[in-house]
Amino acid sequence: MPIKVLIPTPLRPYTEKQAVVEVNAHTVGEALSDLVGQHPDLRKHLFSEDGKLRSFVNVYVNDEDIRYLEKETTPVKEADTVTIVPSVAGGR
Amino acid sequence: MALKIPCALLDQLRQHGEETYPHECCGVLVGQFDDSGGRIVVSITRCGNTRTESLKNRYHISPSDVVRIQREALAAGHDVVGFYHSHPDHPAEWSATDLTEAHWTDCSYVITSVEGGHAVLTNSFVLQGQEEVKHFKNESIECER
Repeated sequence: MPIKVLIPTPLRPYTEKQAVVEVNAHTVGEALSDLVGQHPDLRKHLFSEDGKLRSFVNVYVNDEDIRYLEKETTPVKEADTVTIVPSVAGGR
Repeated sequence: MALKIPCALLDQLRQHGEETYPHECCGVLVGQFDDSGGRIVVSITRCGNTRTESLKNRYHISPSDVVRIQREALAAGHDVVGFYHSHPDHPAEWSATDLTEAHWTDCSYVITSVEGGHAVLTNSFVLQGQEEVKHFKNESIECER
């Protein structure tokens, strides 16, 4: 089913500047797979060489972090929004 | 390349650092990317520093805050254009930790030095490059009244 994926600013150069990409998926994993299928240059920016999401990449379904749901097997339904959000941290 | 921000908002983010002193404050800059490669801030959103330790020299913004703020920004025709935080009793310069933990390329990272509870200097840096070879570039802050 069609799902919207929100793309953060740093990844838009790899989605032809699109801030929203529509994918076809039933789970978060399928959504991300479809996303990198449409935009292959995204893969190395989202995933490490072992195929896992990079540690600073957070993925939300609506307002829920998938780490606290079912991770990549988290189901998604029509009207859900998957948001990719790199972490924001630092300090002196 | 510059960060354009209303002086009132610049004052607010500096004041945030004074209020949270001696801890680091943090927040999100919302606005637009302009054609010259700079950023224009139209609003700022304070965030809580979700660090449970080392708040005097570390900050972390909850991703759920960023999700919410980004959603609201996009709905209003704006976007997340950067972030701000403070350095209590430390220069307004990015640190190795700031760079390591920065992942929003093409966005501004604004830092305010807060000495003895008083905001002193505010600088801005834009993150450039890719994750493996990223760097901060100084950018001017153009404060508009």
